[in-house]
Amino acid sequence: MSDQLSIPPDGRPYHDQPQWRNDFPIDWPQDELVARRDFTKFLVLTSFAFVVGQIWIAFENFSRKRRGQPPIRPIAKLDAIPIGGAITFAYPEPHDDCILVRTAADRFVAYSQKCTHLSCAVTPEIEKNCLHCPCHHGYFDLATGAPTAGPPRRPLPRIKLEIRDGAIYATGVEVRA
Amino acid sequence: MITSEFFIDPNRCIGCQSCVAACSECDTHRGVSMIHLQYVDRPISVQTVPVVCMHCDSPTCAEVCPADAIKRTDDGVVQTARKPRCIACNNCVLACPFGVPKMQVEYSLMMKCDMCYDRTSVGSKPMCASVCPSGALYFGTREEIEHQRPQSQPVNSFQFGNQVITTKVNMMVPRNKPVQHIDVTSAMNDEPIGIEDPFE
Repeated sequence: MSDQLSIPPDGRPYHDQPQWRNDFPIDWPQDELVARRDFTKFLVLTSFAFVVGQIWIAFENFSRKRRGQPPIRPIAKLDAIPIGGAITFAYPEPHDDCILVRTAADRFVAYSQKCTHLSCAVTPEIEKNCLHCPCHHGYFDLATGAPTAGPPRRPLPRIKLEIRDGAIYATGVEVRA
Repeated sequence: MITSEFFIDPNRCIGCQSCVAACSECDTHRGVSMIHLQYVDRPISVQTVPVVCMHCDSPTCAEVCPADAIKRTDDGVVQTARKPRCIACNNCVLACPFGVPKMQVEYSLMMKCDMCYDRTSVGSKPMCASVCPSGALYFGTREEIEHQRPQSQPVNSFQFGNQVITTKVNMMVPRNKPVQHIDVTSAMNDEPIGIEDPFE
């Protein structure tokens, strides 16, 4: 761009200047300038990024369905969990933190501990019958995992449970929309 | 086409601080003065110099800005750093040969004189020039200033070491004497003048 006003310190003309001087012009009009071609390039690349994102999401959904349910894994002995108490465990992968709450002698609920808003760890508040996320004060119903207050809009993924021979097992993950 | 220019005549400055007060009344930066009224050599003289941005043709502040925040308008006015871009690194503060940019730490923003761009771009005088009672700050055409001050001539070229700086703002110097360029960077190593300890 030769119509820049500011004179470079070496005094040489603009076509002898390095490229960065054109990329980062001192003059306001050149700095504000968005060429039609640049704008079109931006639009095309942004749309392309959206298309790639959609394909990636579709692929993820497909592979998740193909994967099926994760293997059955023991969590704890029944008498290790007091009534009204809770323990944390990892299921199905070592970094997928989950929480198991014994609400009554024969009633167990387990959810992923990741808040569906921004993945903070939820903590059970059994006397209030809810799970609380301290980050933005999201609340989930303890019986169903459905969001009841705060920013989360999706229920917590529920861990399917099974009791066999005095121990409690995780048998699958139910992701709900 | 507006052909008014800014003329600084430090000889006429009486240190009344009117320009500082007027500058800080501006709505675009209320409470913060962009003009600095500086003493030349406080222990021996009460002479003051108003320092406004000289609006260089090759703005050193913008040259050294790593964040691409300092911009010059097409009529040659160098603006305050852009708030979304300024990273408060102080490069411009250190680099400016005239000592104009100042870091406003509470806003993390370099703020400097923009020749009252809201006023001068629509034909008004800058705040400081409109209030200066002694004409040390003058905003008008070259014909006006030559008519009013026949003893003086405007200079807009300055020497800093090997760097020659041409500016949009003019400094008034005596007409009948050759223009002296003081090499400020080499003079920095000289003994300071006038600062004899009065208690010795």
